[in-house]
Amino acid sequence: MREELIISGRNNPMVDPVLNIWHWQIPLYLFLGGVAAGILFFASLYFIMGREKKYPAAIKWAPFLTPFLLVIGLGALFLDLNHKAFFWQLYLTFRIESPMSWGAWILMVITPLSIVWCATWIKELKPGWHWKYPFLDQWEAFFKKHRLIIAWIMLISAVILGVYTGILLSAFNARPLWNTSILGPLFFASSLSTGAAVIMLMAKSHLERNIFSRIDLILIAIEMFLIVHMFMGFQASTQVQIDAANMFLGGAYTEVFWIFVVIIGLLVPAILEILELLGYKIPIIITSSLILTGGIFLRFVIVYAGQASRYLY
Amino acid sequence: MRLAMAIDTKKCVGCSDCVVSCQTENSVPIGYCRDWIVEVNDGTYPQLEMEIRSERCNQCSNSPCVRCCPTGASHYDYGGIVLVTPHKCIGCGACISSCPYDARYPHPKGYVDKCTFCVHRVKEGLPPACVAVCPTKCLYFGDTDDQRSEISLVLKKRKYKRLIPEAGTNPNLYFLI
Amino acid sequence: MNRRNFIRISTLGAGGAMLGGIMSGSGKEPSLLDRLTGKSPTDDFKYLRTPTYCEVCFWKCAGWVYKNDQGEIWKIIGNEIDPHCNGRLCPRGTGGVGMYYDQDRLKTPMIRTGERGKQSFKRASWDEALDFVAKKLDHIGKKYGPETVALITHGSGGKILTTLMKAYGSDSIAGPSYAQCKGPREAAFNLTFGASLESPEPTDIRNTKCLVLIGSHLGENMHNTQVQEMADAIDRGACIITVDPRFSTVAGKSKFWLPIKPATDIALLLAWMNVLINNNWYDKEYIEKYASGFDKLKDYIQPFTPEWAYGITTIDPVKIHDTAKEMANAAPAVIIHPGRHVTWYGDDTQRSRAIAILNALLGSWGRRGGFYLAELKAIPEYPHPPFPPVNKSWRDILGDQYPFAELPLANAIVDGSIPGRLKDFQYRGWIVNGSNLNMTMPDSRKTLEAIQNLELLVVIDTMPMEITGWADVVLPECTYLERYDVLRNDHNREPVIALRMPAAEPKYDTKPDWWIAKELANKMGLGKYFDWKNIEEFLDYKLQRMGSSLKEMKKIGVKKYAREGGDLYFSAENPPTYDTPSGKIELYSTQLEQAGFDPLPRYTTHEEPPEGYYRLNYGRTQSHTFSRTSNNPNLSAIMPENAVWVNPKVAANWQFKDGQDVWLKNQDGAITPFPAKIRITERIRWDSVYIVHGFGHTSQLLSRAYGKGVSDAALITKVLIDPVMGGTGMRGNFVTFLTENPDKEVKA
Ligand SMILES: Nc1nc2c(c(=O)[nH]1)N[C@H]1C(S)=C(S)[C@@H](COP(=O)(O)OP(=O)(O)OC[C@H]3O[C@@H](n4cnc5c(=O)[nH]c(N)nc54)[C@H](O)[C@@H]3O)O[C@H]1N2
Ligand SMILES: Nc1nc2c(c(=O)[nH]1)N[C@H]1C(S)=C(S)[C@@H](COP(=O)(O)OP(=O)(O)OC[C@H]3O[C@@H](n4cnc5c(=O)[nH]c(N)nc54)[C@H](O)[C@@H]3O)O[C@H]1N2
Ligand code: SF4
Ligand code: SF4
Ligand code: SF4
Ligand code: SF4
Ligand code: SF4
Ligand SMILES: [Mo]
Repeated sequence: MREELIISGRNNPMVDPVLNIWHWQIPLYLFLGGVAAGILFFASLYFIMGREKKYPAAIKWAPFLTPFLLVIGLGALFLDLNHKAFFWQLYLTFRIESPMSWGAWILMVITPLSIVWCATWIKELKPGWHWKYPFLDQWEAFFKKHRLIIAWIMLISAVILGVYTGILLSAFNARPLWNTSILGPLFFASSLSTGAAVIMLMAKSHLERNIFSRIDLILIAIEMFLIVHMFMGFQASTQVQIDAANMFLGGAYTEVFWIFVVIIGLLVPAILEILELLGYKIPIIITSSLILTGGIFLRFVIVYAGQASRYLY
Repeated sequence: MRLAMAIDTKKCVGCSDCVVSCQTENSVPIGYCRDWIVEVNDGTYPQLEMEIRSERCNQCSNSPCVRCCPTGASHYDYGGIVLVTPHKCIGCGACISSCPYDARYPHPKGYVDKCTFCVHRVKEGLPPACVAVCPTKCLYFGDTDDQRSEISLVLKKRKYKRLIPEAGTNPNLYFLI
Repeated sequence: MNRRNFIRISTLGAGGAMLGGIMSGSGKEPSLLDRLTGKSPTDDFKYLRTPTYCEVCFWKCAGWVYKNDQGEIWKIIGNEIDPHCNGRLCPRGTGGVGMYYDQDRLKTPMIRTGERGKQSFKRASWDEALDFVAKKLDHIGKKYGPETVALITHGSGGKILTTLMKAYGSDSIAGPSYAQCKGPREAAFNLTFGASLESPEPTDIRNTKCLVLIGSHLGENMHNTQVQEMADAIDRGACIITVDPRFSTVAGKSKFWLPIKPATDIALLLAWMNVLINNNWYDKEYIEKYASGFDKLKDYIQPFTPEWAYGITTIDPVKIHDTAKEMANAAPAVIIHPGRHVTWYGDDTQRSRAIAILNALLGSWGRRGGFYLAELKAIPEYPHPPFPPVNKSWRDILGDQYPFAELPLANAIVDGSIPGRLKDFQYRGWIVNGSNLNMTMPDSRKTLEAIQNLELLVVIDTMPMEITGWADVVLPECTYLERYDVLRNDHNREPVIALRMPAAEPKYDTKPDWWIAKELANKMGLGKYFDWKNIEEFLDYKLQRMGSSLKEMKKIGVKKYAREGGDLYFSAENPPTYDTPSGKIELYSTQLEQAGFDPLPRYTTHEEPPEGYYRLNYGRTQSHTFSRTSNNPNLSAIMPENAVWVNPKVAANWQFKDGQDVWLKNQDGAITPFPAKIRITERIRWDSVYIVHGFGHTSQLLSRAYGKGVSDAALITKVLIDPVMGGTGMRGNFVTFLTENPDKEVKA
């Protein structure tokens, strides 16, 4: 028998017996950031492509949610800091190798951008809206004029944000579960998928809903493909990664992962969307909320299981 | 200068003195620790082998904790020692997640803490507290860039391993086997 | 940074240390980091440091207590020149600060209000408490005679309390460190070499080529110098042979580990003698010149071949042969370690005799790499009137029992306190100082029976340990970090003394032993035996007469003296002498023969565990001392509780999971009140379980230790008394597992 144990009673809070440094705030933050990234991605992409008329939900309505999502996400991140009084240190420096730094800065870019974006549409969506201060009208006019530039910046930022939420974890190759290049694309795909789900929910036209349903279906297919690949990758890797994968293949995270992430979050929505495309009437609220549920579970499961996966002992 | 530590797993008796002395020297709060002891037993009675390792931060030369720190609180310092500047640390936990050795912990005051190689002593010409106390003298500390240092000599003489080399951290803790 | 640099700077520091108490820093500005962390450069010589010697165990390593810049006790570091530690304390000594900071400490004197065993007390002033004790002692002295009061003590304060006892008229002064610990080997080595081993044992591990450990698990047993020298021996490539049924830490570092069947060591020792003698591998010259009874021994050991021993010990005969060869090759630089806690199976003096004989055959006694000739510095007495004669000394009280007991037996005092155990004698009062008898004495039921029959139980302790709950008066001593004590003075390679002085004022309303003894003496009209103003005067008086002073000792902490008794080893100028009746090493002990015991060690079989039971094995762990450190905040962080070690085979039989809770029940039905966790490990045999001694506290006042783990003492109800010297063999107990809480079972 092999026995490997710490005999000096190491019991560092949040590190032992398994790492538990990140709590609900981080997966929530990743999820909200991901949804916002998804929405803003589609908004700016279709705006650039000139589909303003065709996809009003994507370009105009859904972005209104994003400042809230981003602020709540940022708030969650803040809540999980252990040394909160020093929060501002994040903005004294930019550390190119640190995904956290990227995240902090990109949120600083994209949050105001999303607000500006919404501001340029508000009069259109809410007739009778007028700014309290006249100089805001001037600003609005200015931003409206440069919407295309804003859209480009926003597109890039949204991609960075979306990718970042995935990269954040896979940058931590200290955790065998996160130590895979598939996590980035997977989270990005999931961001787009959850973003699309929100747009679907808000879309009034059948056409818009339909197109996002198709997009989503593709994204789900990509996610499934990535998940399968991820497990194959783990199984073909070192023992610690096999152990990590085993948390989902009979281990502690098996049920939540397969039931909530894969079945509820991917397979069922996919089936519903296919049915929808085949002409059956499926309440969109069901499909969308399942996708969002899957998205949130994916973050939770990966964040928690990742912390439980380790190299030593 | 590249400060490093070599731990003789053949001599270490796992007494945890290094842990207790670190506790007192560095006022590590009770219930937390910067170093710890691992015992590994292999075989079947009575064919058995034991390895005892006194572990701590590996002061990696390519350390993910420094890389992922968003504020620069984690940084390379004197002799390559990886240190945390408490007032720059926001306690985001990124470095903790990034350390394959679980060598860091959040100090109850909020910032992240870990083994400093007792830099405050080393700069004064004293060995780290754990090295100074070890009853079996199984901890060697010094500059591996200096070919004539005790640690360089012992690394030349003895076989050693480093922990999780596949993590690519280039650790500076050597376990003599 | 290189080593030369270290050495240069640290010797500079050590030199500087001689200059005075307050050391100045190196003058360097604190680094940016240090300023940001609020830490100043904590170099070892910056702050006030005061000398001490450690009281966490009885090795008594000398050290320095440092305070931080807030003036609080910060850390304890070994004294570089002290041969007990060489500047390196063991984990328990390093964690000694926890004794001072433990918030559960005894805080005021207390007098019992309720029944014994319940911690029901009223607070008292020192005056009240000592008055109470003085009156009670006076009463007992008048009614039954002062010799019916015993002092049971383990620790430094015992010396001054001994003066009080002798002034009062009793010499029943015992410690669990004799008949529960090293007594048998002291008797055996005395019988064989005419010298006892004392503490520290004069084992020359530093120079040995072969170290044989028979159930002494150095490395878990952290007796400092021995562990240090053993580590050096490993470095030097010396051969270590460990005989232990358990895969001890040192077994993992040994060239040979002999996983002996428990209770069969004498068979192995006899077989080794057989191999050494029959192959002529023993030291002929040494034996011829200095030993008696060799021929009888030679005849005697003929049947005890390795093959014979194999059947008993399960040790491969080839291994027995090979290890004997190793010893012979190394001889005389070989040590068959006498062990320390040697009260195992009741034939312990005989086993220790076998060890002594083996050392004699290898010629290691008084030889380099074997046993050195230790020396002690005589410390002058502070003048006092002669002690009154003792009406009945402990030896008279024992009668013809245990003829080779050299010191009073704690167990005999317990026994003698129970009415009817002794003809016309009964102990009536105990003063217990620094000994938690409930966890120290085997068969705790008997200890409690004895206590219930006492007219007075005074307990001097630092912690609300179990024993305090049974006291009539509890006197809280301050910790060793807050007091002066008598000078440390132990046998060593060079005579050496050490000073302990307070590093801080006593916390709470606690007092040192010397103060307690002196005040009590005053109240009892025995003040003339304590004719000094305070301890400083007492110590300075002695030190002045030893070529030092209190002032000097405060600065250096430790003072070494030149040897007066010649070489460290036997030599032409320093020829061997043996203080035995024959003046020779007595391989064949006529003293034992005359007293009706086996003159040559005999192997006897011991009881085996019944079906479903396992032999209870116990021992030390590196980070704790007995039961005294289990509540220490620093050390309980390292190991908060003990576990029950079981072999995977046993675990499979019982379907145990690692970490599962079990209760233990012994052959007499004693059950542990608290559960302990199972540790499944190959390090223990399938016929035994192993637990670390000192856990399973039942005193609720110990916030960290209460209810944590199991107490071996609670399971040692069968005591195998050594008829030679009265040691209490404790390894003949067997336990089985209960997987359900036995308390609930009863209630349901
Ligand atoms: N850390 C620490 N160190 C200590 C102490 C402490 O409390 N803590 N106490 C000190 C004191 S006072 C003493 S007396 C010493 C005691 O220390 P030692 O004399 O070294 O050891 P014990 O604790 O008696 O012995 C335990 C060992 O004996 C083995 N053993 C059990 N049964 C048998 C047997 O039948 N045959 C053989 N050959 N071996 C057997 C056990 O497996 C175990 O490894 O330790 C001292 N050092
Ligand atoms: N079951 C079992 N019994 C054993 C042993 C075993 O292994 N198992 N080992 C035996 C051996 S080898 C020995 S040496 C003995 C040891 O026996 P003891 O020395 O009695 O051991 P402890 O249980 O540590 O009790 C020490 C007591 O001293 C108190 N104390 C600590 N410091 C001070 C102080 O400065 N002043 C005062 N006044 N009190 C202080 C502690 O609080 C504690 O109550 O036990 C023996 N009994
Ligand atoms: S102090 Fe030394 S012997 Fe003890 S555990 Fe630490 S490294 Fe090992
Ligand atoms: S061991 Fe961990 S904390 Fe230390 S330098 Fe390496 S990665 Fe960083
Ligand atoms: S917790 Fe502190 S040291 Fe660690 S990465 Fe965050 S800011 Fe840097
Ligand atoms: S080097 Fe210093 S900080 Fe690091 S483990 Fe040793 S004592 Fe602790
Ligand atoms: S061996 Fe350890 S506990 Fe014992 S006196 Fe020395 S330092 Fe103290
Ligand atoms: Mo002992």
